[in-house]
Amino acid sequence: MIEARDAVRSFGQTPALRGATVAVAPGEILAIMGPSGSGKSTLLHCLAGILVPDSGEIHFDGRRLDTMDEAARSALRRDRFGFVFQFGQLVPELTAEENVALPLLLGGVRRDAALRQARPWFGRLGLDGLERRRSGELSGGQAQRVALARGLVTSPKVLFADEPTGSLDSLTGEQVMDQMVGAAREHGTTVVLVTHEARVAAYADRHVMVRDGKVAALTPERVLS
Amino acid sequence: MSVPLTLLGLLEREPSHGYDLKRDYDTYFGRGRPLPFGQVYATLGRLARDGKVVIGEVQPGVGPERKRYVITEAGATELDAWLTEPIEAEPHLQSVLFTKVVLALMLDRPAQDYLDIQRGAHLERMRQLTEIRRNGGLVDGLLADHGLFHLEADLRWIDTTAARLDALRAEVVRP
Ligand SMILES: Nc1ncnc2c1ncn2[C@@H]1O[C@H](COP(=O)(O)OP(=O)(O)OP(=O)(O)O)[C@@H](O)[C@H]1O
Ligand SMILES: [Mg+2]
Repeated sequence: MIEARDAVRSFGQTPALRGATVAVAPGEILAIMGPSGSGKSTLLHCLAGILVPDSGEIHFDGRRLDTMDEAARSALRRDRFGFVFQFGQLVPELTAEENVALPLLLGGVRRDAALRQARPWFGRLGLDGLERRRSGELSGGQAQRVALARGLVTSPKVLFADEPTGSLDSLTGEQVMDQMVGAAREHGTTVVLVTHEARVAAYADRHVMVRDGKVAALTPERVLS
Repeated sequence: MSVPLTLLGLLEREPSHGYDLKRDYDTYFGRGRPLPFGQVYATLGRLARDGKVVIGEVQPGVGPERKRYVITEAGATELDAWLTEPIEAEPHLQSVLFTKVVLALMLDRPAQDYLDIQRGAHLERMRQLTEIRRNGGLVDGLLADHGLFHLEADLRWIDTTAARLDALRAEVVRP
């Protein structure tokens, strides 16, 4: 489904990826673990077409992502991928439901249709009644679930999550993970999950470790039911 | 699990034959690893030699299974001491894994790879427990949580050790 082959990427003099190879199967939840600064986020950004590797290849659904121009990658990210990041990164000026609807609005869906599509996520993720709140009026866990809804609202093929529970306490983090995994399983969404927390990684089907910009397998592939 | 002390504990309940002890041991403590009869009788023999048990009434016939064992005062004292003493707070895994890591460094073998193998085993178990927690009831969930917290602690120790391999190598490998 999505794959990096021998990806190399540096930032100036700093090498972040030094030949990273990893493949994620359709519907699989893959956890990328590793120490701070090892290149996890860089790998995720390369897989998602946010960054282009200096050398090596990125494949998605039989297409080369690393050779596409920025406009094509941007369209792909919008139409096929969803994103959840550590601090939610909600737009503070927008209400919760506008935040969830945002990827649809950016994709050209009309406002009322986008909001209609966004609203069921509030019930699904235990956020009923919070639709009109702004991000400053939400708890950390609520904001993170709004961010999760925003990541899933377009029914993406792949959800990219970089430390999605990073700023939450463990119980709240587990609720977010339960909901992320539940939604992904229900829709057959492939998930690429970056985390340094073992309890979060334990939600994944398979685990790899990034060390010094390279990928090592930790657990074997599983036959998905 | 300490077999001699566990058998003493079962005998503290009531005087028993070897086969009763084996049956109860397997049921409560065996966890799918039954105690061989030979080990039961060898252990009882040592306990008798050390004065922790005595042989009570002996039924007519031949073979060890006609003997009934009774715990002595000395046996009961030892059992009590064991039960009240806290077990080593350091988990077993660390000492074994630590030994492996140090040996790997001494022998110039891939210690990092050994730690990754252990990480994988821990994560796989944590994945199974997470699935139980997600799909099971409250009791299963809490038991799974207990396991998850312990495995997580082990993994943190593995991370710390992995991050300090160079320093550890410098300490254990002779120049
Ligand atoms: N935009 C950037 N400019 C310069 N250097 C960068 C940039 N992004 C990452 N790096 C460097 O690349 C290396 C890998 O960074 P990356 O963010 O991928 O690590 P990470 O594994 O995600 O770490 P963390 O767990 O702390 O998030 C680091 O040395 C980092 O400083
Ligand atoms: Mg990162």
